[in-house]
Amino acid sequence: MQLIQTNEVQKTLDQLIGKELYLHLETTNGAYANHNNESVLTVNAYIRNGKVTPLSGKIMGNGPYRVGLKIELGWIYAEGLTHWEIDSEGRLLMAGHDAEGRLAVALQLSSSPFDV
Amino acid sequence: MDDHLLVIFPHPDDEAFGVSGTIAQHTKKGLPVTYICLTLGQMGRNMGNPPFATRESLPLIRQKELKDACDAVGIQDLRQFGLRDKTVEFEDEKFLADQFLAVIDEVKPTRLITFYPGYSVHPDHEATARAVVRAVGSMPEMDRPELLCVAFAKNSEEDLGAPHVVTDISDVFEEKMNCIKAHRSQTQWLVDSVDKDPAMLAWVKNERFWRYPL
Repeated sequence: MQLIQTNEVQKTLDQLIGKELYLHLETTNGAYANHNNESVLTVNAYIRNGKVTPLSGKIMGNGPYRVGLKIELGWIYAEGLTHWEIDSEGRLLMAGHDAEGRLAVALQLSSSPFDV
Repeated sequence: MDDHLLVIFPHPDDEAFGVSGTIAQHTKKGLPVTYICLTLGQMGRNMGNPPFATRESLPLIRQKELKDACDAVGIQDLRQFGLRDKTVEFEDEKFLADQFLAVIDEVKPTRLITFYPGYSVHPDHEATARAVVRAVGSMPEMDRPELLCVAFAKNSEEDLGAPHVVTDISDVFEEKMNCIKAHRSQTQWLVDSVDKDPAMLAWVKNERFWRYPL
C-alpha cells in the first residue's frame, strides 16, 4: 500500500459511481484492547461483502482522510484513512494504519465478492 | 501406542508463544504432533509501517507463515479447518466439537493442548476452548486425553492457582524462537521484546499449563 494521494483516489472513486460493488468496511482497536488497557473498550466491527451501488463518493481532509459514499438509502463512511492501493485484482483498498502499522479502519470496494 | 500430542487453536501464531517449545520437545523425541488451526487469522491488525500487507493479502501471508512455523518445530500433521477469524463463537459448538472428536478418534492423543475456557481473553480462543472441553467431556473417562490448557487472562493465577505444569523449554529455545519468528507479520514486537527484556525471555523459556477439571 502507499500513502493516499487524494486526486488519485478521487479519480478511482469517480469510476465506481453507479456500479454494483462489494463492500468491506471495518474498524478495529484490536481484540486485546481492553486486556492491554482496562480503561479502553474493545471495539471491532466489520461488514464483508455488503452489496452496494454508490451514487456519489468523495475523499476529504488533509490526512488522515475521510471517505463518504452516498447510496440509495443512506451512506457509507470511514475516517482515519492513510493508505491505499488498487490490488492485483483491481479492487480499491483503503486503510488507516496507526504509527505501529496496525490497521484501525478499512474501506474496500470490489466488483466481485471478497474471499470469505 | 505412540504418545501423540494434539494441539487445537483458532489462529496461526496461537501456538507460538505458549506451546511451541512443548511441541518441539515432543517432535524431537520422534513423537507425533497434530495441530488443528481453525482460521487464517484473516482479521489480524499488524500490517507494518510502511505496510507490507493489506486486509486481502494478509491471509495468504499468514498461510505461508503457519507452514513455516510448523516446519520450525517439526509439526508434520497440520489440519486447517477453514473458519474465519472472529467468527468461531458464532459457529455451531456441537458441530465443531464433533469435528474435534473425529480427529481425536483418529489420532488418539495422549495429551491435548488448547486454551482454558474463561481465561483466554479472545472470543475465538474462548469458543475453541469450550468446544474442545465439550468434545473431551463427551468421551468415556478412560479414553480421554489429558487436557492441558493455556490461560493468560489477568485473573488466571488468582482464580486457578499456580499452573499445574510448568515446562522449561531451554533445550529447544532456538526452535521455539524460529516458530515465533515464522509468524513475522504478527510477532515482530514480541521478537524485539525477547531480545531486550530479560523478564520476557524468562517467560518464553517456561510454558505454563493448567489441567482442566472435566
